[in-house]
Amino acid sequence: MIAVRELRRATLMDMLRVKEAKKLIRDNRRANGRGFLEYREITIKTNVIEKAYGSAYVSIGDTIAIAGIHFDVGTPFPDSPNEGILISEGEVLPTASFYVEPGPPTEEEIELSRIVDRGIRSSGMIDLSKMVVVPGEKVLKLFIDFNILNDDGNLVDAASLAAVAALLTTKYPNPEEVIDINNAQELSRVKRIPLPVRDVPITVTTAVVEGRYLVDPCLPEEAAADAILTITHTRNDEVCAMQLLTGELDYNQFFDILDIALEKSREIRRMLLSQVGWSDD
Amino acid sequence: MSGESGSSGYVRRDGRRPDELRPFSIRTGVFRNADGSAEIKLGGNWIVVAVYGPREHFPKSQLSQDKAILNCRYHMAPYSTSERKSPKPSRREIELSKVIKTALERAILLDQYPEMCIDVYIEVLQAAGSTRVASITAASVALADAGIPMRDMVVGCSVGKVDGQIVLDISEEEDKEGEADLPIAIMPNLRKIVLLQMDGKMTHDEIKRAFELALKGAMQLHEEQIRALMRRIEEMGELKR
Repeated sequence: MIAVRELRRATLMDMLRVKEAKKLIRDNRRANGRGFLEYREITIKTNVIEKAYGSAYVSIGDTIAIAGIHFDVGTPFPDSPNEGILISEGEVLPTASFYVEPGPPTEEEIELSRIVDRGIRSSGMIDLSKMVVVPGEKVLKLFIDFNILNDDGNLVDAASLAAVAALLTTKYPNPEEVIDINNAQELSRVKRIPLPVRDVPITVTTAVVEGRYLVDPCLPEEAAADAILTITHTRNDEVCAMQLLTGELDYNQFFDILDIALEKSREIRRMLLSQVGWSDD
Repeated sequence: MSGESGSSGYVRRDGRRPDELRPFSIRTGVFRNADGSAEIKLGGNWIVVAVYGPREHFPKSQLSQDKAILNCRYHMAPYSTSERKSPKPSRREIELSKVIKTALERAILLDQYPEMCIDVYIEVLQAAGSTRVASITAASVALADAGIPMRDMVVGCSVGKVDGQIVLDISEEEDKEGEADLPIAIMPNLRKIVLLQMDGKMTHDEIKRAFELALKGAMQLHEEQIRALMRRIEEMGELKR
């Protein structure tokens, strides 16, 4: 995580890890022997929380994220009477690293939640029009809550992948049976149907270190980076969210990273879909 | 046929051409008490920025021994929007404060002021779309007005896709109804991107065209930044006489 960099730089061990990461990259190598455009090992397990409507556990190397999905009934926003409500929030838990303190969300945690949210929202992943009970009056509210349980860098990709994987396996209360229901407890007893999923947005984070491009930066690589750019692609290869997390980019580096992120997003989407057994219709 | 900016004859909701900025002006020396200040007007946007510092950092336990700490607050006044906005900082405002800080940090020579802090306070008095990039453009002028050493100015501009067209400087209406919004900020002389976000959907080709357009808009705003600072220098010369 980015705020970490300032803190972590303070300790000698971490300064050495950063120096080591830079030196390896100059020697055309990377920690654990992986390639510059190669992710660490990714694990995805879905439906890990039985009590949630959908859930996923994702690890990318030593970074661990969990996402859980819940529903409630609510009133739609006045400017979108024919759409359900999507809310995503996330926190880095105190289990994640020595630097985390319990308390209100930090700037970086809010940024992380909003990046995860933007990818899912802008891609139109969930057909929110299928979450309306009575137009203008009653709709379903979809909550995506995610946590980082261990931080070894690239929290954005881990959190996004967990959120998307959780949504892919979510079954939601059939809105037709929700007319007389007014709270989450009653809602949980309604018959569930698969969530109307239209897209599978995939987020890929690329760091620039010593003038080289590295996908999926681990913590020392994040600290060594001159820039870190996160890009989310839809399954039609459109970009649906971007965020420069830190640093400065040359104009041509931006375009290089767009191509890298597209290539990797296709690869990760294939892996995710085969793991969760979700098929396109 | 879609999105040939400038040549398509597409007229925007507010009558602008696709490659046209809204009317804009920048002024410095807005607040007497601040070490540096600036005001930007861009279409209906009215944003003021005050810079305090470099000054001593408190609490001492959180200062940085090798450089100054930059604090940045982007805040919208409750009366800045057509429906009242709670004065409490929203999650959006907290995120924007962070990305603006990250962008300005690249330009300021923070290592010249160890154990100090620089505070940048951005107040959006009236919001009309593209406030984050207008804020950053004004903040950079306020920092220069405060005499804080920088590698370059920072100038921001938004581009996006509305009705299938790539357009410059997204208005509030276009932001709500458009397909995509891409705010960027650059250091114009070093040719570096320091803020880059996107919301909505665009193809790689559209992003490339949008980016080129944003650079043109940013350069026009950068010229106004320089004019504002030149005017300030002239004023100060007159005061001395």
